[in-house]
Amino acid sequence: MQIYLPIAEMPVSVLLILGLGAAVGFISGLFGIGGGFLMTPLLIFLGIPPAVAVATQTAQIVASSTTSALGALRRNALDMKLGGMLVAGGLVGSALGVWFFAASRRAGQLDLVIVVSYVTLFTVVGSLMLKESVREFWTKRRGGPARPRRRPGDHAGYLGWPLRMRFYRSNLYVSVIPVLGLALFVGFAGALLGIGGGFIMVPALLYVFRVPTAVVIGTSQFQILCTTIVALILHAVANQAVDVVLAILLILGGVFGAQFGARAGRNLRAELFRFLLAILLLGVGLRFAIELVLRPVEPFSVTVQETRV
Amino acid sequence: MSAWVARLALGRLAGRLVASLMLLGSGLPAHAETLVTSLSSHRVLITSNYTGSSIAVFGAIERDAQTVSRATPYEVVMTVRGPRQSLVVREKERLGPVWINRDQQKFPDVPAYLGVLSSSPLLEITSPALRARQKIGLEAILNAPDFTLDRGDADEPFREALLRLKLREALYLEIDRGVAFLTPSIFRAAIPLPATAPPGNYDIEVTLLTDTVILARTQTSFELVKTGFEQQVGEIARDWAPLYGAMTAAVALLFGWFASVVFRRD
Repeated sequence: MQIYLPIAEMPVSVLLILGLGAAVGFISGLFGIGGGFLMTPLLIFLGIPPAVAVATQTAQIVASSTTSALGALRRNALDMKLGGMLVAGGLVGSALGVWFFAASRRAGQLDLVIVVSYVTLFTVVGSLMLKESVREFWTKRRGGPARPRRRPGDHAGYLGWPLRMRFYRSNLYVSVIPVLGLALFVGFAGALLGIGGGFIMVPALLYVFRVPTAVVIGTSQFQILCTTIVALILHAVANQAVDVVLAILLILGGVFGAQFGARAGRNLRAELFRFLLAILLLGVGLRFAIELVLRPVEPFSVTVQETRV
Repeated sequence: MSAWVARLALGRLAGRLVASLMLLGSGLPAHAETLVTSLSSHRVLITSNYTGSSIAVFGAIERDAQTVSRATPYEVVMTVRGPRQSLVVREKERLGPVWINRDQQKFPDVPAYLGVLSSSPLLEITSPALRARQKIGLEAILNAPDFTLDRGDADEPFREALLRLKLREALYLEIDRGVAFLTPSIFRAAIPLPATAPPGNYDIEVTLLTDTVILARTQTSFELVKTGFEQQVGEIARDWAPLYGAMTAAVALLFGWFASVVFRRD
C-alpha cells in the first residue's frame, strides 16, 4: 500500500515505513538512545530528501522519548534535576551546532564534516565502550567484582571542581561545570549531525559520572525529548521540511518497537547491554568509514538547491 | 570578467539570430501545415494514493488547400519540460586516504523533468545540426551552451553525470516511437510522469517534421498540483510554519503519552 507524502512530495510504502519505525524503535527502547543516527541514513536510502529525513525523524524521537521518559518517571528512574541541567547546556550547544552547520555549508564541505564527525564519534565512543565491557567480562569470569565498588572521593579530579551540586536520585555530588560541558558537546554534535546524541550521553553518564544504569536511560531520554522538541520546531520554521504524514507513520511503528525494546532491555544483563551498544556504534562508525575510504561506484551526486513552481 | 560575460551574451545573441534566419530561409510557405493538440488533462491532481501518472496527448496535422501532400511521412517530436530547478552536481575525488567532494558544476536553471518522445528514432528523422540548433533530444538540450556554464572541457563530465543520474530516476527520458500515428495525420502519445516528478508547471512543445525539416511547432502545458489534504498540509507548513511545527510536536507527544499508558505494566 502506497501513500503520498505531502512535504517530501513522493509516495512511500506504508508497511515499509511502519516496519522501519518499529525496528529503529526497538533499538531505541533497548538502549535508551534516540535512534536518529540509524533512521536518517535509512530514510535517505529510501529516496526521501535528506532535509526531510533529518527534520521528520526528530518527530519520531519526540514520541519515543516521551514514552520512555514517562515510563522512567513512573519507575522513579529519572533524575529531573540532572536532566534539567543537561537540557540547559544542550540548548546552548544546539545553537552553536546550528551556527557551525551553516558555516561549513558556506565553506562547501558540510558532507565531509558530517561523515568525519560520524566516523570519529562512533568509533571512539564504540571502542571505549567495547574495551570497558570486555574488561568487565574478564574480571567477572575471574570471580572478581563486576566493577570496582565506588568509594567516596573516588572520581576524576574535574568532578570536584567548584559549583558542586547534589543530585540525589543519581547518587551524585559533582561540579556542574563538567555536566554542562557534556551537555554542550552533545547538543553541538546533535545539531550538527541531526541526531539526539543519546549514544554519547548514555556512555558518558555511565562511565564518567558513574550514574546508576537505571537512571541513565530515563534521564537521557528526558534530555533528548526536550532538545528534539526544540529541533522539530526549528526544522519546521527554518527548512519547512517536516512531513507530518511520514512522522505519524514512523511514530506508529516506533512506539510499538520501543515498548518491546524497553522490555527486552530490562531483561538484558548490564554488561551484555553495554557490549551490544558498543558493537552497534562501532558498526555504524565502520560503515561511514568504509564510505569515506572506498572508491565510490558513482562519484557524482546531484543536490537540488531550489525548485521554482 | 565582465568582458568575458559580454562575449558570452554576444555569442548567444548571434546564435539566436542564425537560428531565426535559418528558419526564415528554409524556403517553406508559412503555415502550410498547422498542428492541433489536445491533452487528456491540463490539471493533474496529486491525491494521497498518487504513484505517478501518464498524460495522453492527441494531435492532428491540418494542411491548407494549396499545400500538396508530401512524399515523406510526417514525424513528431514532443519535448516536455517540468518545473525549473537549480542544481549542483559534485564530483568525489581522492584526497589522501579519503574520497571527498572536490569539483562542482552549477546548473542554475534546468527542468526537474525532461521527456522527449518521438515518432521515430531522433537520429533517423533529424540531422545533427538541426538537433543542436533546435535543441531536439536530451543530448542536444543538455549539451546546449546555456544549460550550464561552459568551462572548456571541465563541464562535460558534469553534464554527462547529470543526464545519467536523472535517467536513472526516470526524471529525464527519451522514448523513440513514443508518439504513435493513428492515421497519417493524427497521432497520440502518453507522457509518463514518475511519482517523484515535482508539482508545478509542465510545458509540452510539439514539433512537426518531415525529411529533417521543421514544418510547424505548437506549445501546450499542464499543471501537476497537490489537492485536498496534501495541498492543505503543504500550505500550512509553508504559511504557518511555527504552528505546523508545534502541532507536529503535539501529535508526537500525544502518541508518546498514549503508548506509555497503553503499554503500562504496573
